Amino acid sequence: MARFLLRRLLYLVVLVIISTSVAYLLAATQLNPRSRYEGRNPAPPPQVVDAALDALNMNDKTPLTTRFGRWVGQLLHGDLGQTIENKPVNDEIGRRMWVSIRLLLIGSILGSLLGVAAGAYGAVKQYRPADHALTIFSFVTLSIPTVVLAVLFKNAGIGLNNLLGFTGSTKLLYTTGEITPGLDVWSWEGLTNRLAHLVLPSLVLTVVAVAFYGRYQRNAMLDVLGSDFLRTAQAKGLRRTRALVKHGLRTALIPMATFFAYEFALLFVGATFTEKIFGWHGMGEYFVDSVTKSDVNSVAGVTLFVAVLVLIAGFLSDVAYAALDPRVRVS
Amino acid sequence: MNQPADQLPRADTQRAAGPGDERLADTASIEAASRGRLVLRQFFRRRLAIGGLVTVLLLFAVAYASPHLVTWQYNELDTSSFLSPPTGDHWFGTTQNGFDMFALTMRGMQKSLIIGLLGALLSTALAAVVGAFAGYFGGALNAVLLTFIDLLLVLPSFLIIAILSPTFRGRTWLIFVLLLAAFQWMITARIVRGMTLSLKEREFVLAARFMGVPGWRIIFRHILPNMSSLLIIDATVNVSSLILAEVGLSFFGFGVQPPDVSLGTLIGDYAGAALTYPWEFYFPAGFLVVLVLAINLVGDGLRDAFDPNAGIRTS
Repeated sequence: MARFLLRRLLYLVVLVIISTSVAYLLAATQLNPRSRYEGRNPAPPPQVVDAALDALNMNDKTPLTTRFGRWVGQLLHGDLGQTIENKPVNDEIGRRMWVSIRLLLIGSILGSLLGVAAGAYGAVKQYRPADHALTIFSFVTLSIPTVVLAVLFKNAGIGLNNLLGFTGSTKLLYTTGEITPGLDVWSWEGLTNRLAHLVLPSLVLTVVAVAFYGRYQRNAMLDVLGSDFLRTAQAKGLRRTRALVKHGLRTALIPMATFFAYEFALLFVGATFTEKIFGWHGMGEYFVDSVTKSDVNSVAGVTLFVAVLVLIAGFLSDVAYAALDPRVRVS
Repeated sequence: MNQPADQLPRADTQRAAGPGDERLADTASIEAASRGRLVLRQFFRRRLAIGGLVTVLLLFAVAYASPHLVTWQYNELDTSSFLSPPTGDHWFGTTQNGFDMFALTMRGMQKSLIIGLLGALLSTALAAVVGAFAGYFGGALNAVLLTFIDLLLVLPSFLIIAILSPTFRGRTWLIFVLLLAAFQWMITARIVRGMTLSLKEREFVLAARFMGVPGWRIIFRHILPNMSSLLIIDATVNVSSLILAEVGLSFFGFGVQPPDVSLGTLIGDYAGAALTYPWEFYFPAGFLVVLVLAINLVGDGLRDAFDPNAGIRTS
């Protein structure tokens, strides 16, 4: 068993190494960091540009193998290199992942709890008005791209501000950033300000999560509702609600464990569209910016970060399965 | 020989479940009908699915026919009308440069539709071939293909397509479709592989093999036709997810490149104008949502129609 696990782990590590290398090589050959300097007015002399690019290990005049070798050498010491603004990629990721967490945590937890509850309720009340409402809600929400949804919520927030007369610098709901600059983060004012910034993006994330989990949980619950053990539980004297919650919901949650594991691990990866539209400087924004800024080291760093998290998520989902389903533990 | 396995059980269980006269008469005719007719009948029983199908066809027709019927084309400037709200001349208004929003939206919908359909076909075909070959031949081929699938799943597709987007700037958008499809097929391929593993032990496959039919032919003649329901549903679902993926990438400029327009580039270009010049944003966004919703309804209807238990569950 230990040998099997070790081999599995080795395989996963090899996957991470290959995928990160592919991302680095693609980025190093396709992106053009030089254009960042050449576009300046007045254009800096070529020697200066070369020196700057050399310092970042992004000079396209250096052979690709040399650049890649240097990058791997740094990586072995735990250093992901410098961003195109000459800041350590490690620090950038370390800072941004907490921004993403702060943005995602409330929306994700609220969304998955509400989604599971709504899905289970919909399954129990199949084909009643509540169930139809949930189905229609899920169906429509999942057909709207997150970008459009985020823009809709942002504009609704601005509309609400204007309607209630918050046209000055103090707003009821903020649509850009994490906190109004200059406020003390831990003061009462700072905390409420943070909350006012959080409402709209969290709402977007919650709505999407409810639609997603609601749909899957409803199906999982429907599969369980017809099963014999649930009838047995009621036959031996359990009340219906108790049987449904203790035996039904618990069983129906097992297939959801995979989704939860991935969601938990990918909290750090952030939500690209929501972050971009609401102006949060998290990992999701880093993801897009690293490409638009031709930031080779950041692209590779982000890929490594995401790949490791995806594999951790896969591992977590296996563990969650074992914890929830006794049959997995036995075999 | 190519009949899927679930036809008989379906007729049996339905007889057991339906005590009414009407249902019994229905069952008798179902047993006589072919699998294809059966699925079609199930599909057309669902009003929402038909609504979805009609909507998709209508949007398709409007997107391709309207440029021949209206005066303003997507690449024509009306220099007498900038940022005009919807009027009789410009049904969806105009942009800052005087482009006609209706023509742009229709052009964008053409591109989104074609990207979704083409990409879905490609990705489902790839999933079917890779999954079936890995499952049928096993051994080293299986190991290589599975590792490849795992690798593609670990690679962040959004990032890779974004990095490669400068290479298809100025070239055909077909490269973009290929890339989208290349990151879409992996999970279905795994499912196909699993189904192939069980199908290849069945009598009709063994019979063909002992008759000397080569492996690739068995795959295309016997194995893949037996999972056609899965593949059809997968292709339909892929259409909408590819259209959504296109929107996400084009929103950041990593997708369809100018001068081409798609619903994604329109939404990306005019998202900032949603408050001030709403017609620029809400027309393309609205058409996109209706299109995706309609395709999802068709997919859902197909899933129910192919599900052997569907008739029982709804009764």
